Amino acid sequence: MTDLPVGPFEAALRARIDGGGKCLVPYITGGLNDQWLDVLRAVADAGADAIEVGIPFSDPVMDGPTIQEANDRALEGGATPQSILNDLRNADVGVPLAVMTYYNIAFRAGDTRFASDLAAAGVSGAILPDLPLEETGPWADAADEAGIETILLAAPTAPDERLPIICERSRGFVYGVGLLGITGVRESLAESAMSIAGRLKAVTDKPVLVGVGVGTPEQAVQVSSVSDGVVVGSAIVNRMLNGSPESVGELVGEFREALDAAVRQP
Amino acid sequence: MTDTAPQAPLMGDPSPEGRFGQFGGRFVPETLVPACQELEKAFRSAWGDPEFRAELHDLLTNYAGRPSPVTEAKRLGDELGYRVLLKREDLNHTGSHKINNVLGQALLAKRMGKTRLIAETGAGQHGVATATAAALFGMDCIVYMGEVDIKRQELNVFRMNLLGAEVVPAMSGSRTLKDAVNEAMRDWVAKVEDSYYCLGSAMGPHPYPWMVRTFHEVIGAEAREQCAALLDGGVPDVVTACVGGGSNAIGIFSGFADTDAELVGVEPAGGAAVGRKVPGVVHGSKSYLMQDEVGQVLEAESISAGLDYPGVGPEHAHLADIGRARYEPVTDAEVVEAFQLMSRTEGIIPALEPAHALAWMMRDREALAGKTVLLNLSGRGDKDVAQMMDVLRND
Ligand SMILES: Cc1ncc(COP(=O)(O)O)c(C=O)c1O
Repeated sequence: MTDLPVGPFEAALRARIDGGGKCLVPYITGGLNDQWLDVLRAVADAGADAIEVGIPFSDPVMDGPTIQEANDRALEGGATPQSILNDLRNADVGVPLAVMTYYNIAFRAGDTRFASDLAAAGVSGAILPDLPLEETGPWADAADEAGIETILLAAPTAPDERLPIICERSRGFVYGVGLLGITGVRESLAESAMSIAGRLKAVTDKPVLVGVGVGTPEQAVQVSSVSDGVVVGSAIVNRMLNGSPESVGELVGEFREALDAAVRQP
Repeated sequence: MTDTAPQAPLMGDPSPEGRFGQFGGRFVPETLVPACQELEKAFRSAWGDPEFRAELHDLLTNYAGRPSPVTEAKRLGDELGYRVLLKREDLNHTGSHKINNVLGQALLAKRMGKTRLIAETGAGQHGVATATAAALFGMDCIVYMGEVDIKRQELNVFRMNLLGAEVVPAMSGSRTLKDAVNEAMRDWVAKVEDSYYCLGSAMGPHPYPWMVRTFHEVIGAEAREQCAALLDGGVPDVVTACVGGGSNAIGIFSGFADTDAELVGVEPAGGAAVGRKVPGVVHGSKSYLMQDEVGQVLEAESISAGLDYPGVGPEHAHLADIGRARYEPVTDAEVVEAFQLMSRTEGIIPALEPAHALAWMMRDREALAGKTVLLNLSGRGDKDVAQMMDVLRND
């Protein structure tokens, strides 16, 4: 594979890392309600380096109860991939965005068409959790063509020889899956989060972020001692389901502060 | 059919990527990829091992009661105006074809050192079969079942509990089979190290569609021989079966794919994935899928919990694509008629699922006149009697 230029998503993360900091990428559910763009802005203003926007899918097999509920509410409220992308087109939040959805949404539109729709909406990256390495080719090629960074996941179950291949194909960052299981807040950080972070850092120079099961600022700090940062999903979405845009911003601010404080301490 | 370029044998092994033509594949979260690879390896090795084959054969014979007979349905045939043969999968232990696949997979799970079986179920027949195998092998068993199906298949829920399995309601989406598969996959993602996902139909990520078909090929192989004995060495003109995920149909089709027999799969009109011919990706493979214009999966609607599924196994999509099999939709009302007709004329109360295939045979009786039709009677109707009592009383 020829080397592709570093895209805006990866550039934003690298800027944080090069400054000695840890990356924070919150996940929010697109189209959840009328206020979702306010949430997006609040999250950006509170110190997110980039944001993952979920496009709801009818059958989210990687997601736990919190994101499922947000997903269902968004769908019931009439959110569609197009309505979410239309909203994003006009939302200039100042940080790069990636969408996270399931492959059928892209496949139904057509890989090329979906990739160019993302680009037209100002989106920089895409995460498709049901598209593993072996199946990612046609989509990722179309995405490259459109300038969309395809972020691949790397799971704790992967044997050592699989990780460098995933890292090689992944763009934006490499998404280390923190635990065996679906999205959701857990009482404590799984051991597998630390170990996948370490295994990935050993084989790639790309940014390594860990998500799934990172639900508190303490857990974010803990895993970021090895990784370059975190993706925080269910904790944010839970606040989105139950609180105001400002309160989501406050929560993101707590993660930001904790991550910053941890790197200030020697 | 005209021969053009040389091609893979009909219903041979899928490609190394698990494709049947353009369909199939392995569309699962990264976490599950190594598990699928390990399963594929284990299945290849087991299927090539005479000891494994002998053990499975012994179980199918002495535990499940195979071979199942082919019954000449004389009075039903008189009624329809053509010759009707029934492959009696309803006579297997636990009452349906599902046991063929489950015994194979449970034996494989044991060989792989797994101690816990996960299953999804619609009508409850696959759940009952899995709970049965778990009891037989001393394994833990958890069965996900849509809340709607738990209500309409109460008897099977009780059976699973009796067999020692835990039945967990799937409360999301349509609360039917599709959602039970989602829950089973979520469980598998979390417990992949000690648990084995015993998938109940010829669907899902590679190697499931191929492996499940292989375990059901016994239906087609037996039927081929049994038909030859009844038909002077010949084959039936038509072989038909109901299609949910497609396991019983693929099993019987496999015995006749290389003959002139016409292969007809019958889908519920409210769950006709092949009939709508829109490709999609869900539950691990690319196949035909009922979905809206942006790719959200639609909820199927059928009187039969076992066929209430918006997708279909990838090999059926391929067989439809190349024109080797065709797929017909039938309505719930037609199925209710068929259910009663078989009960009345043959003294066999069929499950609602295979009653779909009979419903098509009734509707197309004129086109079938003079032919011999083999119907895969995939299960018995005991589980449906309570539901039909309500349906027929309200008529
Ligand atoms: C008797 C019977 N036939 C058919 C089916 C449908 O499954 P498949 O299409 O995999 O044969 C079921 C599923 O529950 C069933 O119980």
